[in-house]
Amino acid sequence: MNIMLNLRAVRGRAYPRVIGALREPSWMLWEVVLPMLSIAAFIYFYRSLNAPKEFEGFVVLGGVMTTYWLNVLWGMASQFYWEKETGNLQLYLAAPMSKMSILAGMALGGIFGTTVRAVSIIFIGVFVFEISFVISHPFLLVAIFMVTLLAMYGMGMMFASLYLLWGREAWNMNALFQEPIYFITGQNFPVKALGPTVAMAASVIPLTLGLDAMRQLLFPEAAGWGFLDPMLELGILCVSAVIMLVMARQLLAFMERKGRETGKLTMRWQ
Amino acid sequence: MPGVYSIESRSLTRTFKSKGEVVEALKEVDLSVRQGELFGLLGPNGAGKTTLIKIFTTLLLPTSGYAKVAGHDVAKEVKQIRPIINMVTGGEHSGYGLLTVRENLWMFSQFYGIPGKVAKERIDSLIDRMRITHLADRKIRTLSTGERQRVNIIRAFMTGPKIVFLDEPTLGLDVETSRLIRRYVKEWLEQDGERTVLLTTHYMMEADELCDRIAIINDGEIVALGTPRELKKRIQDETAIGMEISPEIDLGWLDGTKGVMGYSAKEEGGMLSARVVMEDDSAVSDVLSGVTARGGRIISFYKDEPTLEDVFVKLTGRGLE
Ligand SMILES: Nc1ncnc2c1ncn2[C@@H]1O[C@H](COP(=O)(O)OP(=O)(O)O)[C@@H](O)[C@H]1O
Ligand SMILES: [Mg+2]
Repeated sequence: MNIMLNLRAVRGRAYPRVIGALREPSWMLWEVVLPMLSIAAFIYFYRSLNAPKEFEGFVVLGGVMTTYWLNVLWGMASQFYWEKETGNLQLYLAAPMSKMSILAGMALGGIFGTTVRAVSIIFIGVFVFEISFVISHPFLLVAIFMVTLLAMYGMGMMFASLYLLWGREAWNMNALFQEPIYFITGQNFPVKALGPTVAMAASVIPLTLGLDAMRQLLFPEAAGWGFLDPMLELGILCVSAVIMLVMARQLLAFMERKGRETGKLTMRWQ
Repeated sequence: MPGVYSIESRSLTRTFKSKGEVVEALKEVDLSVRQGELFGLLGPNGAGKTTLIKIFTTLLLPTSGYAKVAGHDVAKEVKQIRPIINMVTGGEHSGYGLLTVRENLWMFSQFYGIPGKVAKERIDSLIDRMRITHLADRKIRTLSTGERQRVNIIRAFMTGPKIVFLDEPTLGLDVETSRLIRRYVKEWLEQDGERTVLLTTHYMMEADELCDRIAIINDGEIVALGTPRELKKRIQDETAIGMEISPEIDLGWLDGTKGVMGYSAKEEGGMLSARVVMEDDSAVSDVLSGVTARGGRIISFYKDEPTLEDVFVKLTGRGLE
């Protein structure tokens, strides 16, 4: 495998997303202001109930991590579908680099763009809603954050090929993964509140355990709301990240082969 | 490589299953394109041109038979093929609208691992060659179809390919852009004897002007192959006439007229522009009186050099469009 070629390809595919995040200020409205409105609604709801202060923190943290999840759904999972329509996908397939480089570039570019958004949400949380948190285990926190992203984007890479195989069903999948996920991953409240069975099922989505672990680390006074021990959650996330990435690779190869066989997957029919 | 064809296929067949029906897009296609050739595939919509291009560009597998590019089998040796080929499709909308022309091209150059500085030089020189220097920093979503196709041409040629596949590259383009693209493709081939181009088109003028050799393809089959001159010689003994008729009338009756081998007709500015190929001169008067008898007025009538379209009409009984 040609390493320089693939590094360049990763950088090439990440590039339009980096430029996009910096060049088009319209995302500010859709991806910071609108999510902030729903975050604000939850915060005032908790305040009206006199809920513990850390619940407001949960909401901001949930908002930040959900921004990444939305990027995984709309910027990764459904991306090949778009790329097929524009004709980019067939150019990617006919080019000499590993197709995993395209997925990696999409993910890195997406993470960059989303981080710009996420940071804005944290700022608003801290300065407008006066959320406070403590960073007691910085390394563990960073490790959990990174591995959560890896697992989430790995899942997005996997879905990218799957959605091509599923065709139109893909949109329903995204809708399914978007709304109910807000609820079951415990975006705005601890997942433990749903009971162990639902919490376990929801943990298939890396967002759930990542959120739960980060919540325990950032708001220690609410540690009792934790579902599992953060170290254990980190371990599970590591394993699932590896599984997602391996599956993504397999599905990509499968999708490409199927596309070459049927002629329908990877190209718009001209 | 001596003794190896740049592009080659033997008994190449490709079928599609679509809603329970089986479509044979390519039937036993044999093709041998030599290094240095500008080879044209001329055929109407649905003839199988794109299918053939997709097989050669490793996007589609043959159903049976084989296809080779630079001696490598498209089914098994994609790693050897992909670095040395590139392609452009007519009406292509590749790239990202929010990136500028230069940024898009730079991005695509990275998928071929071209070092940044080299890529920049090549892009600048091709942008100049394609006369879009003034557009280099514009976002591509603001470009016209013709301008976008110039960018696509740069995208394909900047990676230094040995073999380029052009699938109806001038489809729907303005005259100036078409001419620029044709001239560039010719020039590119002449610069280096190891280069090869396979181009598809349904514009017979394009095939005639540009190509060293042409395969006429219809319904998935190659029905004739040769240089434009050789092909046109095939209708030396026949008679081809052109005429403009107003108002438009249905020409279906020509199919049953004695001595008529086929015809093509298209609407042009409220008139019907038709070409009819006949076995010899004796059928001409029947054709003309037949038009008049059906209420058509013959605005102009001419008998000139046979065209590639006439060859196609003779072979298939119908026109290219
Ligand atoms: N993916 C596909 N599925 C089903 N039929 C297809 C597919 N691609 C092409 N075909 C059929 O194969 C034939 C050849 O198509 P194509 O190669 O696109 O022709 P051309 O490029 O010469 O217009 C047509 O009948 C077309 O309908
Ligand atoms: Mg076509």
